[in-house]
Amino acid sequence: MRASERPAWMERPSKLGVGLKAVIITAITLLVIYPFVGVIGTSFSSESEIARSGGFVLLPTAPQLDAYRAVFDGGTVTRALLISVLVTGVGTLASVTVTICMAYGLSRREVTGSKWILMIALFTMLFNPGIIANFLLVNQLGLLNSFGALVLPSLVSAFNLVVLRSFFMNLPGELLESARMDGAGDLRILARIVLPLSKAVIAVVSLFYAVAYWNNFFNALLYIDDSDRHPLPNILRTFILQGRTLESAVGTEAPAPVQAIQMAVLVVAIVPILLVYPFLQRYFTKGVLTGAIKG
Amino acid sequence: MTTPLQAVGTGTASRAKPETPLAAPRRLPLWKRLWRDRVMLMLTLPGLVYFLVFHYVPLFGYVAAFQDYQPYIGFLDSQWVGLQNFATMLGDPRFWDAVGNTLRITLTQLVLFFPAPIALALLLNSVISEKVRRFVQSVVYLPHFIGWVIIVSVFQQVIGGAGVLPGFLESIGLPRYDMMTDPDAFPLLVTLQVIWKDCGWGTIIFLAALLSINPELYEAAAMDGAGRWRRLWHVTLPGITPIIILLLILNLGSILSVGFEQILLQRDAVGPESGEVLDTFVYFNGVQDGQWGPAAAVGLVKAVVGAVLVLGANKVAHLLGHEGVYRNASK
Repeated sequence: MRASERPAWMERPSKLGVGLKAVIITAITLLVIYPFVGVIGTSFSSESEIARSGGFVLLPTAPQLDAYRAVFDGGTVTRALLISVLVTGVGTLASVTVTICMAYGLSRREVTGSKWILMIALFTMLFNPGIIANFLLVNQLGLLNSFGALVLPSLVSAFNLVVLRSFFMNLPGELLESARMDGAGDLRILARIVLPLSKAVIAVVSLFYAVAYWNNFFNALLYIDDSDRHPLPNILRTFILQGRTLESAVGTEAPAPVQAIQMAVLVVAIVPILLVYPFLQRYFTKGVLTGAIKG
Repeated sequence: MTTPLQAVGTGTASRAKPETPLAAPRRLPLWKRLWRDRVMLMLTLPGLVYFLVFHYVPLFGYVAAFQDYQPYIGFLDSQWVGLQNFATMLGDPRFWDAVGNTLRITLTQLVLFFPAPIALALLLNSVISEKVRRFVQSVVYLPHFIGWVIIVSVFQQVIGGAGVLPGFLESIGLPRYDMMTDPDAFPLLVTLQVIWKDCGWGTIIFLAALLSINPELYEAAAMDGAGRWRRLWHVTLPGITPIIILLLILNLGSILSVGFEQILLQRDAVGPESGEVLDTFVYFNGVQDGQWGPAAAVGLVKAVVGAVLVLGANKVAHLLGHEGVYRNASK
């Protein structure tokens, strides 16, 4: 990264220029942050306060938890949340395992056929079979209405594969070589040397997968008929975008304002991402660039 | 990978012939090489099976485009109808609506969204304080990780019918305006959402390109009396032009694909006449209404045209001296 100082040859910036820049940057930052603050604030608000503020409460004067009590009452939202957690957990574990194995298997050029296997994987970045073809396949495999339909269709991303593979390829060759001299096989090298050296990049790839599973609503929409088995994003769609009533979504009685409950569901969907974001953010620039340049 | 490792090979195979290290055959027979690499190949197997099953096998599903396909009967027993599904497609005004909407949205995004990350990257790059720059970057990358359902819900809350913006307009004496249900504004709405989500994320690649410009060029230009705007014009922009052209070409390759999930979520608010795009048309026509044959025909045409565009775009990028998308990855 560059030094944080103005180079000697650069002219002193004008007051107007700096001021203008500061205003624009502040405005952009606020445009991003404002909706998050509004959603969180509203979820803690009372009916009258929401009415007074015209929809969005940035800072509730008397925060209350009624909306969250309703959301975690054991109704549709609670169930959808559990499904989302399950899909994200199982899916991420499966995806990361398969991707690591494949990336490692392809990380040595001299392996017979690895070039072809890599091409098969990379070509999928350019060509998407499309909705109909995917649906008919999942139907033929008998996966409709099964848990597998939420995980298997998006098991490996070629992008993440490329990121991991290029990281593995750049590990110090001498280390792997000396392990081989000591008689370590490919699997032992993977477990004892490659994995411990790649913790950070594996964490990033895991988070990429986890975020994708967490946000995915289309697999459930396409492959799962029974809306009682839909994950959280699908519930959000039904109750916020399609305006279905919330009585069936939450427990028996809902003392909290409808809008606060809607925002509370949004918060539940956003918070996990906000929690992992700082970890993700530390590494992803590098990962994205590797992926972008290679793929 | 380093050459010493390759020379060592993978164990027994190369050690089996110690007496002729130099004259060793350059290539072992195929089955021997496969046996030598069996562990590595087995490791790639689950992933390979996944790609084949979920990305290549489905392509056979497009035989449905030439059938009166019924899921309960299957491919083997459904009646063959030749090109009739394609005739149905061409005669369907809804298909042409979808084509028009797709192109309209793509064009709006190309004009409004494509330059946005470049501008933001230039702005961020000009911020001297690293702390400020890092902070702004953290903030603007965040929306990329938020799912479309959440983003559309949030937009609904801010600019939708009962949202903040219409209320504000009313309070200052203007008519309430609900952009989310205005068919004419749909391409603009969709583009604004894409900008909110991915403008920051899009800066990553341009910031990297900006960092790779040799600082001595700036210094030399400054010595020669070039002001900040002339340096921007004569040093910065030429420095990032290659990547801009590359991304532009690749973008042209995907003009038939506009955010499917995003539009699916909002199509009903504006109606199919302005909200339907090719992908949603295929979804509603096929999966929802059971018109499998005609939907598969549209899907097939879209997939083929899309693939031709992407490959063509790659080719053009390659001819212009840039590394294509798929070619250099295997190097």
